[in-house]
Amino acid sequence: MPFPPMRQLGLAFAGAAASVVLAMSPAFAYRIVVSNEKDNTITVLDGASLNILQTVNVGARPRGIVLSKDGKSLYICTSDADHIEVLDLATLTVTRILPANHDPEYMALSGDGNTLYVANENNSQVSVLNIAEGRITSEIPVGVEPEGMAISPDDKTVVCTSETTSMAHFIDVATHAVSASVLVGTRPRFAVFTRDGSRVWVSSEVAGTVAVIDARTHAIITTIHFDLPEVPKAAIQAVGINMTADGKTAFVDLGPANRVAVIDTATFEVQKFLLVGQRVWHGAFSPDQGTLYVANGISNDMSVIDVKNLEVSQSVPVGQAPWGIVVVP
Amino acid sequence: MASGKPGRKMRSDGGGFALPIAALMLLPCVRSATAQNSVTIDYLSLAPQHAAPSAALGLLATDTGLRGAQLALADTNTTGKFTGQSFTLRTTVGRDEGAVKQAFADALGHGQRLFVANLPADVLLALADMKAASGAIILDATSRDDRLRGADCRANMLHLLPSRAMLADALMQYLVVKKWTNIMLLTGRDAGDKLYADAIRHAAAKFQISIGADRPWIFNPAAQQADTGHYQVNDEVVRATQGVSYDVLVVADEADNFGDQLAYRTDQPRPIAGTQGLVPSAWSPIMDEYASTQLQLRFRALANRWMTDEDYGAWLAVRAIGEAATRGGSAEAGKMISYMRGADFALSGYKGPEFTFRAWDGQLRQPVLLADSHSVVSISPQPGFLHETNELDSLGPDQPETECHFHP
Repeated sequence: MPFPPMRQLGLAFAGAAASVVLAMSPAFAYRIVVSNEKDNTITVLDGASLNILQTVNVGARPRGIVLSKDGKSLYICTSDADHIEVLDLATLTVTRILPANHDPEYMALSGDGNTLYVANENNSQVSVLNIAEGRITSEIPVGVEPEGMAISPDDKTVVCTSETTSMAHFIDVATHAVSASVLVGTRPRFAVFTRDGSRVWVSSEVAGTVAVIDARTHAIITTIHFDLPEVPKAAIQAVGINMTADGKTAFVDLGPANRVAVIDTATFEVQKFLLVGQRVWHGAFSPDQGTLYVANGISNDMSVIDVKNLEVSQSVPVGQAPWGIVVVP
Repeated sequence: MASGKPGRKMRSDGGGFALPIAALMLLPCVRSATAQNSVTIDYLSLAPQHAAPSAALGLLATDTGLRGAQLALADTNTTGKFTGQSFTLRTTVGRDEGAVKQAFADALGHGQRLFVANLPADVLLALADMKAASGAIILDATSRDDRLRGADCRANMLHLLPSRAMLADALMQYLVVKKWTNIMLLTGRDAGDKLYADAIRHAAAKFQISIGADRPWIFNPAAQQADTGHYQVNDEVVRATQGVSYDVLVVADEADNFGDQLAYRTDQPRPIAGTQGLVPSAWSPIMDEYASTQLQLRFRALANRWMTDEDYGAWLAVRAIGEAATRGGSAEAGKMISYMRGADFALSGYKGPEFTFRAWDGQLRQPVLLADSHSVVSISPQPGFLHETNELDSLGPDQPETECHFHP
């Protein structure tokens, strides 16, 4: 991507300065892990220097990744291997294989860290996985091509989006029953609860929209559109969403539009479009929320976004077809 | 398109389409008894005539079209579980035209109005013109005939696959982008080949591509299968392409009689496009953009073979009905038909933008793939071919040129 070399140098310098600070307060050190769908690896980067620490070989087609609640393990949907791999983050080795049924794509982890809700893209169901026992305890039928998975802050509701059915399914955690199915824009990809649990944001890939759903009444409060005249409409595909901890700002990854939209969550207005790498899919914040990292599936890199100044400061090459991204504090 | 109508994803009350849990729990026992929420779709086709493939790798399937419809039915029924709607496909494979007409008339007599057809143009017209068919809809899943979208169009028919004119425009746009603006056209003997060649000629004129030579292919197509036949074929292709200056050899051979035997044999080294080589098509087994991998995998799991254009067209047809039922919120045929034709209808077909029907000729707007056997080379419309309302309308006859005038 065409980022000015001056800026990269400046950031490298800032990075060097930051690492000095880090040496004094190691609590600030963190790592960034990226799943690479096409070369079957996980890239592990140092958060301060953005250098690649290690590239770990994992099973076929790693896509959705989620950090365990204790921060010690990474759960990896290795979709074509039809299971979930557990990467030990101390040794960077895969230590466990968990069953996941066919084609796991993305997952949500319960608040107590004991249960994974896994979207099985190719067989229209959500698998409920007891992590300690390594056993699937339940299978919940949902729409065609389930992908997005989110769990409410109170742990009572799981939302699953089904891409071909174009619905957000609200699943009652206690009964595993689908309590509501909300029709949203075509090909919903991702869901996230607001921090207070009152709303669910659902992105739609083909419609290129984000629906904001009332988590209690299941009514759509508004549908956010992205107006980018210079980009073909088919390329405006809403996928990953990251919300700041204060709940005021949402970053929506727009896929092959190669942009991240910055949205004011009070007004639902787009404040800015940030030009990033090609086919931006998912992102993750640094622990201090000062930086957002996004994975670009076609340009095989990760863009680094300065959250305060809303600027893209750098791009860092990772593996092939980077998909998911997680920050390990 | 979606962004032009901010409200279209929402219901008029501003709320989502939510079904309370109580209703869902009751569905299995209650809905099956309620005709209002069960939709039956009649799928009509003719028994395929046995034909040996022209090459050993040719597809021998006799269920093209039907498998696509079955996959869409499964997809739609999965969705239907959450809207309380169920869908059934009733399949008629008529041994001749008369049997298909009879089945159609019988179904109409029982009040059926939703039909998906995998039939030739003349049969489609015979069905559409039956008196009782005026309130029905025939989703033409497999034809590519321009006359069905033009002079012979019918108000009770919608067309799912791109017409020959759309395919030809898609190819010519790409040739313009590549600046390969001089073609040679080689046309087979079949009626479809002549229609394909007509579409190429029309599109070439439209996009200012010159046709350096326009010749029929008259050599025996079976020669390749004879021992040492390849020498003979090579000589024939050299003769057929000699003395012409051109950039691309465009072939019109819809039945694969000879088109696969042109590449590497022409007098000058030139690429092949048209019905073979670089092929403009609705679908391709190699397509993996826009999440189509998922559709390809589901289809292969169901049918144990690649998805053809006919399968894709029938998949779109049944999905269109499903989408009308889900989004329109009604399983009543009349409401579904008007929803499909309405401004709120949009179908996701794994090729990027949402698909809609052209009001003036009933054609489904969609991008056209340009693919060879192992790669998607491009997807038209090509960037820069602008249109005042919808870029997809740069493919095929636009409203001002249409020869279709629906007679109510």
